[in-house]
Amino acid sequence: MLVLVVDSSTPAVTAALVEVSADAVATRAHRRTVDARAHGELLAPQVDAALADADARPADLGAIVAGLGPGPFTGLRVGLVTAAAMGQVLGIPTYGVCSLDAVGRPAAAGEPVLAATDARRREIYWAVYDGAGQRLVGPEVSAPSVAAERARGLAVTAAVGDGAYRYADVLGLPVRAEPRWPDATALAALAAERIRANAPGDPLTPLYLRRPDAVAATARKPVLP
Amino acid sequence: MADEPLVLGIETSCDETGVGIVRGHTLLADALASSVEQHARFGGVVPEVASRAHLEAIVPTMDRALAQAGVRLADIDAIAVTSGPGLAGALLVGVAAAKGYAVAAEKPVYGVNHLAAHVAVDTLEHGPLPEPAVALLVSGGHSSLLLVDDLARGVTPLGATIDDAAGEAFDKVARLLGLPFPGGPYIDREARAGDPAAIGFPRGLTAAKDLAAHRFDFSFSGLKTAVARWVEARQRAGEPVPVADVAASFQEAVCDVLVSKALDACRANGVETLVIGGGVAANSRLRAMAEHRAAKRGVRVRMPQPKLCTDNGAMVAALGSHLVASGVAPSRLDLPADSAMPLTTVSV
Ligand SMILES: [Zn+2]
Repeated sequence: MLVLVVDSSTPAVTAALVEVSADAVATRAHRRTVDARAHGELLAPQVDAALADADARPADLGAIVAGLGPGPFTGLRVGLVTAAAMGQVLGIPTYGVCSLDAVGRPAAAGEPVLAATDARRREIYWAVYDGAGQRLVGPEVSAPSVAAERARGLAVTAAVGDGAYRYADVLGLPVRAEPRWPDATALAALAAERIRANAPGDPLTPLYLRRPDAVAATARKPVLP
Repeated sequence: MADEPLVLGIETSCDETGVGIVRGHTLLADALASSVEQHARFGGVVPEVASRAHLEAIVPTMDRALAQAGVRLADIDAIAVTSGPGLAGALLVGVAAAKGYAVAAEKPVYGVNHLAAHVAVDTLEHGPLPEPAVALLVSGGHSSLLLVDDLARGVTPLGATIDDAAGEAFDKVARLLGLPFPGGPYIDREARAGDPAAIGFPRGLTAAKDLAAHRFDFSFSGLKTAVARWVEARQRAGEPVPVADVAASFQEAVCDVLVSKALDACRANGVETLVIGGGVAANSRLRAMAEHRAAKRGVRVRMPQPKLCTDNGAMVAALGSHLVASGVAPSRLDLPADSAMPLTTVSV
């Protein structure tokens, strides 16, 4: 079954077409642009281009997988609303996957690993995976130093992802080169069981992890002296 | 009729998630979800709260619109979406959604100007707009006077507020009087029992010296402060605040300036049609005053029913339908959300 994968939880705006068969997950087209400020401009043309690359039409799609984040909110919503809208038009299920899982899972190699992406405000979104790629802790958002301390307690031996690159000095862990961004094939693989079972789709609810910045109205200042 | 284009409109520039469907000038559906209650305790719209609400509401609102219209997404000929001006993050949800619908349905998408859509919605009730016309657009986010030469290709800004939007002044005065947010409907209701001549509040930018540079501009900040001073003076003197009279006098001052300047713009441009739109156009006093004074000047006033004055998807669909009928080219798929989209840009 041909599956569209989108992720906009990091500066890497990703659209891919992945063939999910009974025993394999194979990428047929992959478009990615790294730009933290243009998710809204970039994603739809990339979906269009990926479809063209795979010589497919939207009606050929059987499911959509979207990275639920965590990630900076404005960009993250672009991927999720694109996936939801397309799923609604095509009448096909949409499946959500934690975007960090698509960084930590493919990086798993026998020992625990910390996966991290940039959360701005000098914080990271992070999670810890065991040697087989199962998430042990997270996703959470915190200062890199807090994540580093938790990682030490879990005997983590390496870090991976763009957040690990950015804060390598604070984390004090060797950084794996790949994947730096949520991996499209991994996103599809993480949803493959549900896709094969034709499971009901998920509402694509973002993993925000932070509350909106908003302050309740305070008492009005008088204008008279 | 059936061969007129079926156009979908998506609106997410502020706190209303709107999906409208029109065929030509005929309104088939207008579904709305509002996050206004989530903003009330903050005394104004919180952008991130609005954006989150749009994401949750867009698919169900679309479902309701399709059911109302009795059509399927596959039947739609074109998709229009507000691409600006408005709250950046909120706009982006609608723009990305519109592109998702367009890509999946293999239909063209039009990124349109929210203010032009406020003008276009009137065509659903009153038919094609005679051009040129003058439009007065007043809401919590904008207060503008524009000359509509060609609604499909460009409008000319005549003036705008230099400080607060008219709707903002309603919100602030409502808060001062202990009325809920958004203030417009509550002021309107209170004012019905009040005397509009009870208190002589100032009319911003109407003095001769201001008219030279700001003939078609508005200012509501001084009015808001004048109301605050008046109310505080009463409170300090230990006297009760006559809420109905304050509301009526404040509302009268706002409407007086809006209508005077709009009719002056009609006269200055030799225009006989005035369109009024935006949330404040739902105000009963503004509607009555505009009708009354325009009739005396030989100007025809067109005002959508109050439900279509506030932000909605139907207005975006109406403008989209007009663009399709006028042969305007659709937008590219990389169209951005533009929070500061200029009035001179009707579609991108
Ligand atoms: Zn508006």
